[in-house]
Amino acid sequence: MNARSRRPNWFMDGLAQVGDAGLFLPTLLAAIPRSLRHFRETVRQLWFVGAMSLTIIMVCGLFVGMVLALQLYYVLSIFGATTTTGTVVALATFRELGPVVTALLFAGRAGTSITAEIGLMRATDQLSAMEMMAVDPIAYVATPRFLAGVVAMPLLCCVFCAMAIFGGHLVGVTWLGIDNGTFWSNMTASVHVWSDIIDGVIYKSLAFGAVVTLIAVHQGYTTPPTSEGVAYATTRTVVASSIAILALDFVMTAFLT
Amino acid sequence: MNPRRSFAAGTGLFILLGFAALAYLATQTTSLANTRGGDAYTVKARFTNVGQLKERAPVKIAGVRIGSVQSITLEPQRLDALVVLSINKHFNQIPEDSSAAVFTSGLLGDQYIAIRPGGSPNMLRNGDEMILTQSAVQLEDLIGKFLVNGSPDKKSK
Repeated sequence: MNARSRRPNWFMDGLAQVGDAGLFLPTLLAAIPRSLRHFRETVRQLWFVGAMSLTIIMVCGLFVGMVLALQLYYVLSIFGATTTTGTVVALATFRELGPVVTALLFAGRAGTSITAEIGLMRATDQLSAMEMMAVDPIAYVATPRFLAGVVAMPLLCCVFCAMAIFGGHLVGVTWLGIDNGTFWSNMTASVHVWSDIIDGVIYKSLAFGAVVTLIAVHQGYTTPPTSEGVAYATTRTVVASSIAILALDFVMTAFLT
Repeated sequence: MNPRRSFAAGTGLFILLGFAALAYLATQTTSLANTRGGDAYTVKARFTNVGQLKERAPVKIAGVRIGSVQSITLEPQRLDALVVLSINKHFNQIPEDSSAAVFTSGLLGDQYIAIRPGGSPNMLRNGDEMILTQSAVQLEDLIGKFLVNGSPDKKSK
């Protein structure tokens, strides 16, 4: 009886969260002109969510490229097609792995800290204090973080992809002995700027950046003002972001290609 | 350097690094890397069948890339494929009686246009049409012919 009565609640809660986040987006976007007065805050957030995430993004990109090249080399050697390793590494990274893995790492590295920070501001009544001082907390706290996330994600994704290509080259050419010229010429012959770089890397990572930071800011902003509430909100940010990234990735792939 | 200045500089460095990575990806790992050399002229060629030829496929002489396929359209009157080749200005010494053929790189590779030079003293110029063309070889046709005809000596009786 108890379980049966709880289940719709759980479902309705999730639905309400999604709807609430959707309604929060216009509020965030409407605050963009006002948040331009706090441009320095946006730059500071860009430093925090973007530049500080570079280390993890670069190391992970390098290893993703290396492991891709290693796996593909053994599979492709069955067909005697090891020279296309570079092509497959590049296409797989640009179209799927680059944006998705960058977004998942971004949700873990930057999304959680945004939620925790705003959540603690809520829990310690700093947001209310700002309102009392006639500083709009949406324009000063929420929108700069959202903008920083949207700007940082494509840049991080580009760095990730470049490191993955470098890692693939390291394993494929330096270690496994694929010819350097063949590696690059096969890659350049089948990767296209518009359909792979712009559609794959840029559009996807822009969308993922917007979704992850929207979820993170919304979770932080609406958290129950207790330490337990902040903990749950941080967890929910990671879970909801991951699901949203992978679901959105499928939809975008279906539409873009 | 005060802390505010240092994080602004770091952010600027991060943005520069991101755009440098984007420029690297766009120019070094994609088909843009093959289109250096700027100016190009176009030559037309008609094929009865272009097979799996796609736009931006390479155009080669003696296996060396000299340009790319700009467009492939069906000409309504003659019902054949009109292929516009964009060839680098650098290679402007192609005789006008050269022939163009749709070849496949390897057994299952991508298709490209191979130009075999002729012997005419006149060179191809912008907008010219190549008269001699050879269509793509359809693997299915070859297999079909082989299956229908069987072994050649049985048929000759």
